[in-house]
Amino acid sequence: MSSYDFPDARGHFGPYGGVYVAETLMAALDELNAEYARAKADPAFWQEYHYELKHFVGRPSPIYHAKRWSEQLGGAQIYFKREDLNHTGAHKVNNTIGQALLARRMGKKRVIAETGAGQHGVASATVAARYGMECVVYMGSEDVKRQAPNVFRMKLLGATVVPVESGSKTLKDALNEAMRDWVTNIDSTFYILGTAAGPHPYPMLVRDFQRIIGIEAKEQMQEMVGRQPDMVVACVGGGSNAIGIFHPYVEVEGVRLVGVEAGGDGVATGRHAAPLSAGKPGVLHGFRSYLMQDENGQIIETHSVSAGLDYPGVGPEHSLLKDIGRAEYVAINDDEALKAFEDCCHLEGIIPALESSHALAYAAKIAPTMAKDQIILVNLSGRGDKDINTVAGLMGLTL
Amino acid sequence: MSRIAETFTRLQAAGEKALIPFITAGDPNPGLTVSLMHGLVEGGADVIELGIPFSDPMADGPVIQRASERALLHKVGLRNVLGMVREFRRSNQQTPVVLMGYLNPVHVLGYEVFAQEAAAAGVDGVLTVDCPPEEAAELSAALIAAKLDPVFLIAPTTPLARVKQIAALARGYVYYVSLKGVTGAGNLDIDDVARKIAALREFLDVPIGVGFGIRDAETARAISTAADAVVVGSRLVQEIEAATPETAKEQLTRLVASLKDAIR
Ligand SMILES: Cc1ncc(COP(=O)(O)O)c(C=O)c1O
Repeated sequence: MSSYDFPDARGHFGPYGGVYVAETLMAALDELNAEYARAKADPAFWQEYHYELKHFVGRPSPIYHAKRWSEQLGGAQIYFKREDLNHTGAHKVNNTIGQALLARRMGKKRVIAETGAGQHGVASATVAARYGMECVVYMGSEDVKRQAPNVFRMKLLGATVVPVESGSKTLKDALNEAMRDWVTNIDSTFYILGTAAGPHPYPMLVRDFQRIIGIEAKEQMQEMVGRQPDMVVACVGGGSNAIGIFHPYVEVEGVRLVGVEAGGDGVATGRHAAPLSAGKPGVLHGFRSYLMQDENGQIIETHSVSAGLDYPGVGPEHSLLKDIGRAEYVAINDDEALKAFEDCCHLEGIIPALESSHALAYAAKIAPTMAKDQIILVNLSGRGDKDINTVAGLMGLTL
Repeated sequence: MSRIAETFTRLQAAGEKALIPFITAGDPNPGLTVSLMHGLVEGGADVIELGIPFSDPMADGPVIQRASERALLHKVGLRNVLGMVREFRRSNQQTPVVLMGYLNPVHVLGYEVFAQEAAAAGVDGVLTVDCPPEEAAELSAALIAAKLDPVFLIAPTTPLARVKQIAALARGYVYYVSLKGVTGAGNLDIDDVARKIAALREFLDVPIGVGFGIRDAETARAISTAADAVVVGSRLVQEIEAATPETAKEQLTRLVASLKDAIR
């Protein structure tokens, strides 16, 4: 496959993606699209982006061989791409730097964001402080409770956090509310969308800013082991860390790409957040993609121990990669993710984010079925400091 | 001629403006909707916009969000909404009904199936808020094949090139969104709206309705001097919210009558 080139000019990834928004937003999206096209062709834009990634974020993030865990599992060698070591603690900042630079080019002084786990909110608040912009973050009130440390971090960084009480009070409702803010304050405001979803050009934009993960990984793997991994594994909420590491590998033959969705209580129970594993195509939040919905087309409430994966849709490029068979998508349940979380702490001295723990759990599950000279590269999308209250709660402790 | 076109032709001949009330199907409960629709007509509604409940109404303010939530407590789906229109049509063949909602419930039924069932139920037009012309080809074709009018939004932010594109696709009427914001917001600028409508006339053959943020008779009157139709939604939904199921119809009829009087 040498002709993988998506999206088309209208933002379609095959039958997915597009621009499904109310008319009031169309002009703003066109403006963003045009500005990004100019920025994309401007070497100075990328120079500044890379400068910021190096000096503010601390890139490149290293690759790490998880030797003890690999040995214990007795199969493939597991490597981590250490996005947890980024400033602010996750991959999210790669994207918020890119979008904040765009906002600045467009003369916008106010940025808004939606957040689930709070990582994207923190990354947005961080760049807003860094570039001197006002920042408002929408967060489901359920998530405000689950991710209290991140809420306080956003406040420390000068952002206003608005708890969203509508619907299921999680990420999807925060996204609705951010869109409502944007439509109301469209002249002054730049919407920093946190994942590779939403109306065109966001899925493309976010992917392009997250591709740095895969681009670095390709070079680093070559340097470190002299070849590319047999399998690349990443967790999939909206799909930004996964598309960031997958995309540079799409046309590399022999590399299996595996996206791991949140299985919650188990896909069979219906209480999960795995639209690619158990959903159907539909339209939500401005794009067409696999979606968790009932027979009336209403969006189903999702369940996951990890707030960052608790989303009923998925970025449109993943729907395409699934349909054309280039990537596989699997689900990992809450209990499996928690086991991997603990193992990673004990065996590798790394506290992973609960989101990333889903990818780790799949790697731990599949590694024993593979040969010892095979390589699995896991995108360790974030660190787990934000999750310690949740995990303590599950152990029956309060901190 | 479609029922919508007939209605506007008749009103224009009489020198009248159309009043288009919006309510959400199934709010406060599915058993009441048809009677509320008749109540709207008794008050003077010229066209009814009937909202299809949706779990994620991104373009709506809190009032209409709550209406959707109340309807969804009763599991009101698109086929139930069509059933309500069918029942309404048993005793009303004149008043056009336009379904307004989000694309996903329509998408899940399938555009052709939906269009045929909606036409058979007595629906006249369809406005899917999150389906701009760029994505509307397939749905519009299915609607037109079933003799339904695709209704489109035009916003204060819509540039001229897009107005022309929308003008080429629009049937029935276009819905001018009177403010940058969600339904029920309070930042409507009447003079600005009047100027925009005058500018739009040059490119549009269909009548222009104006909505979002029209909350009282005064504003309705002012808008009606420029527009062909005035759409009132959140204010009516608030009335339903404040009423009991027993008094809702009467209160709604009275409110619609006062709005119709204001724009006559
Ligand atoms: C550490 C981490 N990983 C993954 C995700 C999921 O998002 P995405 O699928 O866009 O990478 C989040 C979201 O909050 C996160 O914080």
